[in-house]
Amino acid sequence: MKISYDRSKCQGHNRCYMLAPELFDTDDEGYAILLVEGEVPSDLQDKAQLCADNCPEYAIEIEG
Amino acid sequence: MAETKRDPVAEWATDFDHTHPDYAAAATEIWDDLRAGCPVAHSERFGGTWLPTRHEDIAAIAADTEHFTSQGVIVTEWRPDVPAPVGYAPPITSDPPFHALARRVLLPYFSPKAMVRWENTTRAMCRELLDTALADGATAFDAAADYAQHIPVRVIADMLGLPRDDGDKFRGFIHRIIEVPGQVEVEQEDTLDHYLKQIVADRKAKPGDDLISYLLSADLDGVPLDEGHVEGTIGLLIIAGIDTTWSAIGASLWHLAQHPEHLQRLRDDPEVIPFAVEEFLRFYAPVTMARLVAEPVQIGDASMQPGDWCLLPFPAANRDPEFFERADEFVIDRAANRHSAFGLGIHRCIGSNLARLELRIALEEFVARIPSFELADPSAVRWSTGQVRGPRLLPVRLT
Ligand code: HEM
Ligand code: SF4
Repeated sequence: MKISYDRSKCQGHNRCYMLAPELFDTDDEGYAILLVEGEVPSDLQDKAQLCADNCPEYAIEIEG
Repeated sequence: MAETKRDPVAEWATDFDHTHPDYAAAATEIWDDLRAGCPVAHSERFGGTWLPTRHEDIAAIAADTEHFTSQGVIVTEWRPDVPAPVGYAPPITSDPPFHALARRVLLPYFSPKAMVRWENTTRAMCRELLDTALADGATAFDAAADYAQHIPVRVIADMLGLPRDDGDKFRGFIHRIIEVPGQVEVEQEDTLDHYLKQIVADRKAKPGDDLISYLLSADLDGVPLDEGHVEGTIGLLIIAGIDTTWSAIGASLWHLAQHPEHLQRLRDDPEVIPFAVEEFLRFYAPVTMARLVAEPVQIGDASMQPGDWCLLPFPAANRDPEFFERADEFVIDRAANRHSAFGLGIHRCIGSNLARLELRIALEEFVARIPSFELADPSAVRWSTGQVRGPRLLPVRLT
């Protein structure tokens, strides 16, 4: 499973950071910072899916 | 203070009035009917107003800052005269490109990490309010008027470095501006404008460690914020932060009063709380915004013309069965919940992290303190009218 994040779509709802601080941090203005690159560790895959399913702006995508 | 009576509504699809008590009483059913039939309602009221009801249309309009302007966000008989891109209460009344600047000044203050410092004070406030409501063995109180209402008022007052007692004034401003816009006459010295000028001038003379002083010392790309901007933004925080959050807390308690199984679940399973908070926000989303049409635009069958109002009922988007599974059911542990209670696009609620924190703590403390309760008198519950929807009177009884 791969996860990607599009900063240009992010509006800082912070749903991802609240659901999975292991996967997302936030910057000073509240925009998301994706913490993993490439493959999502298997124990975080459910959380990654949850983040993608809750982002109101469709800024997070899951592949595979 | 004479409040005008609203004319009866002939037909919701062609003559709706979102400030009418009948709308407040049955908004969800009205949206469901319109969505299935219309789906963009129109009314000649307020000089021409549209009401989309599908998630897709609402999201598209929120994203479209070319055909729609935020110069006006609360529907009134008149059109606001402070021009875009700044508007009378930046950033909510601002358009690009100015909007991003006005927003950036506020964002760090409201980021999720900056909110941590309000956790303990908010919890202490909630406990204090419950102590007072339940003093001397009382077993009945008003969960909206005696509890929910005070939480955001006190948090904002603390944040702005204003006396908590000014809360009564805040509620008067909000009532006139949001619940019955333009429908009551007031003396100049009782207006929000007058109050804002006073507090900003005071703080300019005597700066402190608060958000007003911070804004007075802030700049937009090197240009200091002018006092008008600071006054508008402080006014916005007072208006945008209080009855919205009060509504969200009140509606959640209204729900819990009638669903003891959900109250029990919150108590037994604290891990469900973050999901429950989002579901309360979806199901009882309190805020409907508005835009003014800037350029002619077609939304489905609706031909919108410059100067028309267009409401953005995020609560209706949150009930759209094309967008949500089991849209009309409250699912306390709903996992996938892309709700838009805090708006969509560039105007996403700046206070969303604060509002979530207040709602979560208000519920945690209520649940910890009150083992079971019910509506004391369902017919005494009163819901607000206008663009912010929530219970204003909510008598409950411990059981
Ligand atoms: C449950 C409570 C709340 C709800 C449902 C809510 C909802 C909203 C919505 C839907 C918008 C979008 C406006 C638009 O699209 O034009 C918004 C904007 C805004 N809200 Fe909230 N709000 C809440 C609480 C708060 C709080 C506590 C504050 C601050 C103390 C706040 C401050 C703001 C500001 C400053 C904006 C303007 C953002 C911009 O235009 O860039 N809100 N809110
Ligand atoms: S949930 Fe989406 S919009 Fe919100 S911070 Fe995360 S990526 Fe950005």
